Amino acid sequence: MNTRRLSADAVGFLVGVVLVGGSAWLEMSHPGGLSLARLTGGLLTLDLLIRAGVFTIVLVGLNLLMGYAGQVSLGQAGFYGLGAFFSAILTVRAQALGIPSSLSEAWWWPWLLMPVGAFLVGGLSYLIGLVILRLRGHYLAMATLGLGIVVFIVLRENLGLPHLNLTGGFDGVFGIPRLRVGAFVLWPAPRYYLLVWTVAFTAIALGLNVVHSRIGRALRAIHGSELAAECLGVASPNYKALIFALSAVLAALAGSLYAHFQAAVVPATFGFVPSLELVVMSAVGGMTSIWGAPLGALAVLLLSEVLRTQMRVVFPAVSGEFEAVAFGLLLVLMLLFWPMGLAGRGARQFHRAAWKKEA
Amino acid sequence: MRGLAPASATTVLERQRRVSSALWLAGIVGIMFVTLILLGRRHGFGLTDYLQFLVDGLQAGAIYALVALGFVAVHRVTGIINFAQGAFVMLGPMLTITFYGQPLPLPPAPRLALAAALAILMTAGIGAAVHRLALHPARNSSLLTRIIITVGVYLILQGAALLAWGPRPYVLPAFTTLEMGDRSFLLGDVLVRAQSLWIWGTAVATVALLAAFFEHTILGKAMRACASNRLAARLTGIQVDTMATLAFVLAAILGAVAGIVVGPVTRPTFSMGLEVGLKGFVAAIMGGLVSFQGAVLGGLILGILENFWAGVTLAGFKDLFAFVVLIVLLLIRPQGFGGAEEGEGT
Repeated sequence: MNTRRLSADAVGFLVGVVLVGGSAWLEMSHPGGLSLARLTGGLLTLDLLIRAGVFTIVLVGLNLLMGYAGQVSLGQAGFYGLGAFFSAILTVRAQALGIPSSLSEAWWWPWLLMPVGAFLVGGLSYLIGLVILRLRGHYLAMATLGLGIVVFIVLRENLGLPHLNLTGGFDGVFGIPRLRVGAFVLWPAPRYYLLVWTVAFTAIALGLNVVHSRIGRALRAIHGSELAAECLGVASPNYKALIFALSAVLAALAGSLYAHFQAAVVPATFGFVPSLELVVMSAVGGMTSIWGAPLGALAVLLLSEVLRTQMRVVFPAVSGEFEAVAFGLLLVLMLLFWPMGLAGRGARQFHRAAWKKEA
Repeated sequence: MRGLAPASATTVLERQRRVSSALWLAGIVGIMFVTLILLGRRHGFGLTDYLQFLVDGLQAGAIYALVALGFVAVHRVTGIINFAQGAFVMLGPMLTITFYGQPLPLPPAPRLALAAALAILMTAGIGAAVHRLALHPARNSSLLTRIIITVGVYLILQGAALLAWGPRPYVLPAFTTLEMGDRSFLLGDVLVRAQSLWIWGTAVATVALLAAFFEHTILGKAMRACASNRLAARLTGIQVDTMATLAFVLAAILGAVAGIVVGPVTRPTFSMGLEVGLKGFVAAIMGGLVSFQGAVLGGLILGILENFWAGVTLAGFKDLFAFVVLIVLLLIRPQGFGGAEEGEGT
C-alpha cells in the first residue's frame, strides 16, 4: 500500500509539472501561432491557470483543516485577504507609512513581505485557533464565518482609521508592483505562472508530507473521534490550532501572490461569497485529498468561466455573482452523491480504512 | 409560554445549569450596556438619544427575534443549523414585491395583503423543498456535510434571486401609507415610524400563534416530542421526517414574515439574507438555540445593543457588532446559553 501511494503522488507531480511546463512554453513561444486560448476555444487562459494555482495553495490548507482535521472554516477568504492586503499596503503605501525608499524600492522588499505577512497571519490565527477551535460543529462554522466577515468589514472600513486610508475602503489598493529578482521582472504572465505553480506544488508536497506524518495521523484521529484521540495521548487543541495556523499561512501566502498578480486588491474579493467559493472548490475536488486542491480549483474556475459566457445567452441582463446559483447546486449535488469529490476515487483506495466512516 | 420550555429541562441539574447560563448572559449583556452607555457619554448623548436608540433597537430586535425563532424551530426538531434561513427572509419581500406588481383589479391594500400571503405560502413551499431535496437525502451524513449543504442551499437561493430580480434594491410600500414614504409620529421627543408598529404587532402576533401552535395542536405537540427525544417520538408513531419538513416550513414562514414586515424599512435586495440571517442566528445563540422565549429575548437585546453601538461607532462598523458578540459569546460559553447540552442530531 505504501509503495502504491507514493507512486500515485509521484505520478501526480509528474503530470502536473509536464502540464504546467508545457502550457508555459506554449504561451511563451507560441509555436506555429498556437496559444492556450486558441486551442481551447478561449476557455483556458493563462489568467485562469494562475488563479487556479493561487487557489490551490489556499485549498491545500483548507483540505488539511476540513478534510483531515474535520474542522470547518467558512471564513478562509479572510486570511487570504489579510495576506493580500499586507503585501499591497506595505508596497504601495510604504512612503505614507514612513518606510525609507531605500528599503521599499529594493527588489527583495515584496519578497520579504510575503513570509513576514504569512508568519504574522499564522501567529494571529494560532492564537485565534487555540480558543475558537474549542467550538464544534455549527458553532465553529458560525464563528469562522463571523471571523471572515469581521476581517472583511475591517478591510472595507480602512481598519477603523479613515484618515490613513490604508486599505482604500471599497476601492482597495491598486498599483501593486510586479515581483522581480534583481532586474529580472517576473512578468509577462507566463513567468508569473511558473512562479505561482512552483509555490503551489511546494504547498501540495508540504500537504502530502503533513498528511503522511505523525501530525496527519493525529488529525485523522481527531476527525474520527476527538475524545478517543485525546485518550490515546493526542494533544488535540494544539494540533487543531497548528493546522488552523498552517491553513492560514498558506492562505496568506496565496493572498500575497494574488496581490502581485492582479496588481490591485479590493475587499470584495475576500468577503463571504469568496469564502464559500473556497469551500465549494474544496468539496468539488475532494476535501479528503490533497490532490483535490488543484482539481477542485481548476474545475470550479473552468465552470464559472463557462457560466460567465453561457449564462449571458440565457439571461442577457444578469450581472454580479450569479454563478453562486451553480456553485450552490454543485456543492449540494457533490455532497449528496459524490462526497469524496473528484480526487475521491483515488483517495478512497489509499485511505480506505481511515475514511470508511465518511464514505 | 410554559409549554415552550424544552421537556429535558425538568431535572434539577438541568435547571441549575439554565440558571447559571442565564446569569452569565445577564452579566455579559450588562457589561456591554454599561460600556456602550459610558462610550455614549463621551459623545454627549442625552436621555432622548438613548430612548431613540431603544425604539430603533426594538424595531430591529423584533426582526432578529422572528428570524431566530426559525433557527430554533429547525434546530430543535432536526439538530441542524439552517444557514439558508437568511434566504427565506430575502424571499419574503422579493416575492411580495413581484406579486404586488401584477395587474390585478384590486385596491392597493388587499392587493398587498394577497401578495404577502402568496409570498409566505411560496416561501413555505420552498422551505419544504429544501428539506426534502437537500437535507433529507443527507440525513445519514456527518454534521460537517449537512452544515455545508445548508450553505449550498443558501448560495442556490441567493443566486436564483440574483437571476430573477437582479442586483438592484427594491421598494416595498409602507403598510400604512401604501407608498414609498412612511408616516411617523413623535412620542415625547422620540420619533416612531408607523412601520415599527406593524413590525411589533406582527412579532407579537407571530409569537402568540407559535406558542398556541406548540401548546394546543397535536401537530405542535408532535414537533415538541421530536425535539425532546427523537427516538421516543418515533416509537410513539410520530413521523419524525414529516415533522422535520414541517419545521423547515415553519422556519420559512417565520423568515418570510420577518422579511416582509421589515421590507418597507430596508429596501430589499437579493443579498439581504446574509446579514439578517446571521444576526438572527446570533440572537438564537444568545437565547440558547433551543428556547423560543430565549430567541425572542436574544433578538430584542441584540437589536438594542446594536443600535447603541451604532450610535458610538463609525457608520461602517455597525454590522461588526453582531459578529463580535457572536465570537465573544461562543468563546466565553462554548456550550451555549440554553443550559441543555447539544445533542447529536439527525
